Amino acid sequence: MYRYDDFDRQLVQERTEQFREQVKRRLAGDITEEQFRPLRLMNGVYLQLHAYMLRVAIPYGTLRADQLRQLGMIARKYDKGYGHFTTRQNIQYNWPKLDEIPDALLDLANVEMHAIQTSGNCIRNTTTDQYAGAAADEIEDPRPYCELIRQWSTFHPEFTYLPRKFKIAVTGSPNDRAAVKVHDIGLRMHQNDAGETGFEVIVGGGLGRTPFVGKTVRDFIGKNDLFSYLEAILRVYNRFGRRDNKYKARIKILVHELGVEEVRRLVEEEWEQIKDGSLRVGDEEIAHYIAQFAPPAFEDLSDDDADFERHKAENRGFFNWVRSNVVAHKQPGYAIANVSLKPIGGIPGDATDTQMELVADLSEKYSFGDVRVTHEQNLVLPHVKKADLFALWTALDAAGLGTANLGYVTDIISCPGLDYCALATARSIPLSQRISERFGDLERQHDIGELKIKISGCINACGHHHVGHIGILGLDKRGKEFYQITLGGDASQDASIGKIAGAGFSEAEVVDAIESLVTKYIEIRESGERFIDTYRRVGMDPFKEVLYGDR
Amino acid sequence: MAIVKNDSVIEQEWITVDAEGDLPSSDENLIVPLARFKEERDSLLGRNGGLGVQLNPGDAPEDLADDLDRLSIITVNFPAYTDGRGYSYGRVLRERMGFKGELRAIGDVLRDQILYMHRCGFDSYELNVDGETALTKVRAALKEMTVYYQPTGDGRVTAQSLRERRRAALDQKAS
Repeated sequence: MYRYDDFDRQLVQERTEQFREQVKRRLAGDITEEQFRPLRLMNGVYLQLHAYMLRVAIPYGTLRADQLRQLGMIARKYDKGYGHFTTRQNIQYNWPKLDEIPDALLDLANVEMHAIQTSGNCIRNTTTDQYAGAAADEIEDPRPYCELIRQWSTFHPEFTYLPRKFKIAVTGSPNDRAAVKVHDIGLRMHQNDAGETGFEVIVGGGLGRTPFVGKTVRDFIGKNDLFSYLEAILRVYNRFGRRDNKYKARIKILVHELGVEEVRRLVEEEWEQIKDGSLRVGDEEIAHYIAQFAPPAFEDLSDDDADFERHKAENRGFFNWVRSNVVAHKQPGYAIANVSLKPIGGIPGDATDTQMELVADLSEKYSFGDVRVTHEQNLVLPHVKKADLFALWTALDAAGLGTANLGYVTDIISCPGLDYCALATARSIPLSQRISERFGDLERQHDIGELKIKISGCINACGHHHVGHIGILGLDKRGKEFYQITLGGDASQDASIGKIAGAGFSEAEVVDAIESLVTKYIEIRESGERFIDTYRRVGMDPFKEVLYGDR
Repeated sequence: MAIVKNDSVIEQEWITVDAEGDLPSSDENLIVPLARFKEERDSLLGRNGGLGVQLNPGDAPEDLADDLDRLSIITVNFPAYTDGRGYSYGRVLRERMGFKGELRAIGDVLRDQILYMHRCGFDSYELNVDGETALTKVRAALKEMTVYYQPTGDGRVTAQSLRERRRAALDQKAS
């Protein structure tokens, strides 16, 4: 895993001191809240409904054990004993005090972490596949490139006051687990005809009030040229992106209004002028970063482990967990273990201080001290010996972290909603809890199979509802919450934006509505079809009928 | 209002005119908006005093390509600090077009943006405070951070090139 060198360390330390000064100036009244706002946002500090909120960056969702342990400590010391993992693979603390935040940032800096650019109209935390470096289906580990993007984008002097925020996601696998097609820039690693590995560059995807699946602006860019190409895209966006209307300021609107051909022309024209400049990254430098993400010292193991098989046969709970939460690893004898932060009836993505510390300990014991955060708000121990899975699950389960529901109907993405967020128009957490309880029965969940429910408490779509197989959007109608249902969304390599099924439902009705959709699916599905497959085959009408009948 | 350049407060030696209206006498140093420069280019270039151009958001610095040598100053207007187009204009003017004259940030120029402006090629800053305060702010802003990841045309050494140098030195030692 990447370790800071003295340059990285110094940069974060200087930033911490800089923010301490800015907070001091604010508390002394030297700068107004309006002047302070962009400064605090650039350091991840939001003002929410009840308190300040601190959003800490977890670059490309990769954590070391000592970092996760520190996140637990920070939850205890500065918050109410928990944190919330977000769809950008970050963590949010909901109750820090402004005058203590500089100390929290110092505690983060001590474990090579920060909150830089987790907000503001700048390039945000780059996200990637949570199974990077472990997945059996991966072309190459995307994290060296993510780290290079992290450095390139950190305090980029030209791109810190963009028209709007800017999000980049990278996948090194053809099976896209990073939702790259709904990002401002999505990078999909693949090989060209010459056998070189590079990236397809997808631009202008996004959710929010105008969702779009991104469009390919260039089919292949070589690794050495990636950074100059990114700079060209950002320069075009910075210069030509709309600034007259906040809701039309994302690059997706520029792509939509100019057309992808024109955007391509502008980008290529810009790139032509900078491609041979100092942003060209040499093979040696890339190799240096690849070396930093070298695989851990795997043992030479047989892929079959008798004890593992025996435990599966003997213990139904373990069998279930393996069935849903354990994924194939590229190294024989190893597996990827997903730690669900979606206990039945719980708050999606929340983890307590002690849970974080436990997962940190377990990662040291079983996964080379490596932990991942997923954009679906779960944790991953990426490198676990099959022989250790039972012991791992036993420890997780005892701490409420052994829920066997990955990818199931209760593995819900939810934004914080009106319980915390100043922008929300409806609550999303309580609804996700009701749905989770309704479908709590494990055998039923398994029978339903993969079904991604995503809930947003407002049109900004932090809960990714547009790309939920079933999406739920909470709105406000004359002081009452109601929920709009969308169907057919998908964040994977087959990305699509869900369609609105019809009129919204009251809070009391919506869980029944979801259940009737699921019942219909079970009734009409063909063998092996997931909900999304059935929807694609039969379309909206059968589902609309169960929701609205003759209405 | 004060202008800071090269670590000192300098006098305002330029008269900025708007898109219309009479021009002052031919000896005065004049800054005109890009649109006016394009319209009245020949007569403006024929004056005796110094000439500068003001870029507003949405302008194309490329429009000045043929005339950069004749311009002593280009001002880039940041009507609100949140409008970051001027950063790109700075880099294009300096790094691509090779502008060597004074590049001044005007408008909503605040302390916490000055380092970024400097990194994008600006060398003077017009702040809406008195001279002493302005100088203090600019000095503080320029020394707050000392590590830079991105290569720009500002002459600062990036972390990457320092790393490469260090590695080369270590290799030499090893061999």
